Amino acid sequence: MNRLNVSLPGLEMKNPIMPASGCFGFGKDYAKWYDLSLLGAVAIKAATVSPRFGNPTPRVAETESGMLNAIGLQNPGVEKIISEELPHLKPYGIPVVANIAGTAEEDYMEAAEILSKHELVSVLELNISCPNVKEGGIQFGTAPEAAARLTKMVKKVSSKPVYVKLSPNVSDIREMAQAVEEAGADGLSMINTLIGMRIDLKSRQPVLANKTGGLSGPAIKPVAVRMIYEASQAVSIPIIGMGGVMTAEDVIEMMLAGASAVAVGTANFANPYACPEIIADLERVLDSMDVSHISEIIGGSWKPCKTPSLSR
Amino acid sequence: MKRLNLNVVSQVMIADNIFELTVEGEGVESMKVPGQFVHVRTGEGFSSLLRRPISICDADTANNRLKMVYRAQGKGTAWLSTRSRGDKIDLLGPLGNGFNQDVVEAGGKALLVGGGIGVPPLYYLGRKLAQKGVAVSFALGFQSSKDAFYIEKFKEIGRVAVATADGTIGKKGFVTDVMDKFTAEQPVVFACGPSPMLRALNHKTEGLNAYYSFEERMGCGVGACFACVCEAATPSGYVKICSDGPVFKKEEVSI
Repeated sequence: MNRLNVSLPGLEMKNPIMPASGCFGFGKDYAKWYDLSLLGAVAIKAATVSPRFGNPTPRVAETESGMLNAIGLQNPGVEKIISEELPHLKPYGIPVVANIAGTAEEDYMEAAEILSKHELVSVLELNISCPNVKEGGIQFGTAPEAAARLTKMVKKVSSKPVYVKLSPNVSDIREMAQAVEEAGADGLSMINTLIGMRIDLKSRQPVLANKTGGLSGPAIKPVAVRMIYEASQAVSIPIIGMGGVMTAEDVIEMMLAGASAVAVGTANFANPYACPEIIADLERVLDSMDVSHISEIIGGSWKPCKTPSLSR
Repeated sequence: MKRLNLNVVSQVMIADNIFELTVEGEGVESMKVPGQFVHVRTGEGFSSLLRRPISICDADTANNRLKMVYRAQGKGTAWLSTRSRGDKIDLLGPLGNGFNQDVVEAGGKALLVGGGIGVPPLYYLGRKLAQKGVAVSFALGFQSSKDAFYIEKFKEIGRVAVATADGTIGKKGFVTDVMDKFTAEQPVVFACGPSPMLRALNHKTEGLNAYYSFEERMGCGVGACFACVCEAATPSGYVKICSDGPVFKKEEVSI
């Protein structure tokens, strides 16, 4: 019996784990390390209508239990992604989450229309939360009205379910979650990175060429868990949880908070085998918790009557 | 390329904050190409997540022994320098595309140019080229005598010219000040060092076949994260230092 399969709109996953967008390229780099068919799904790097070169280097810096990145949405553009990148994923037979980004509403609509038509794309992930590009979508991610408007427009042109990737850089995550749900979003993915900075003592300047970057890794996991806990109680659409997941225990924690599936990001850089190792370890954790199927624990931290008695 | 768990054989400080780390174990046998690198974890648990790219300084593939020479300059490399015999090192490798030795034939001439912590990979390359019957010369640059290393070992392979910024050994100046006698022989040039050195070197290698190894801060080290890109004369307009490089023909990459 498969104890790990989860079902979300457009995503039939044999286990709840997918690599997070931006941390896995378009898959072919990690395909050299392991068989991608082990994954529950894969989220590909953000696509924009036109190619983007991204920010000057340095683009990454290590922080305590985390890292900053300011890549700047570098990608070859929707057309090349379809002709050169997506075909590599076909042999693995896993659902593909296509992350899309843009500057104006029209960019998102164009990318959404083209990518959602592709046979290999299972769902779209609307990136309205990249903190590293001026006018790179974050303007939609911090105002509920703008996020809702964009969601509505993309829903109109997309032939596949649409997930909206939320930014943690907001004062009330519930308000954002509700706004995009009302606008027709099929799911949420959260959280994107937190805006951070590191300054080098020698040069007395920010380490990143972009000055600020997105903070990811275990340092932000408690923020992610809190926000998923809040948002999942405010909406009825499912959540793909992410933010500093390193272990199978972290996956379970995100799901107890309210996530229905979990994306693994920064952990891939520390260990290229992070995703398959976490997947292989999930059943051990379920056993230790006396849980027969992983879907039972979704929202388990706040749903009534699911907590095992303390004597166990 | 694999994730390897190698045993520390020795850790020696060979210059000011410059360490030579020797490790051994299964997997080193695949490290046959000089200029490739390994991506090393520099901490336990989850406090230090990003690996550090370190070039292969020498590999004894028959005995599974790998030497890395690195500068302890940040928290991660400082931690690495405290590893000693009996400890394990977690690394990914070999990664990237190294120096193509086929571009110089037996009986031909090669000039290997290195600056600072860009010097180590030239040792493995020089040793391999000499084995093949190539006449190898080295132009090596360091800040000062306290930062210099491996000069005697390079002399066992070929002719060596040294420059230091303060003149404490070799000629006072930069590596480009000591290489004219070598470039006059029309060698194939292989270089590794910081961008300012490669820029200066570019003026000296006009008309010569030259290959440069680049340094950049990396994330994944395997081509997925796009942290280490560099503008280039390719159809995409860029290359990834980690997976397309770190070695490029000089015309390929904008320095």
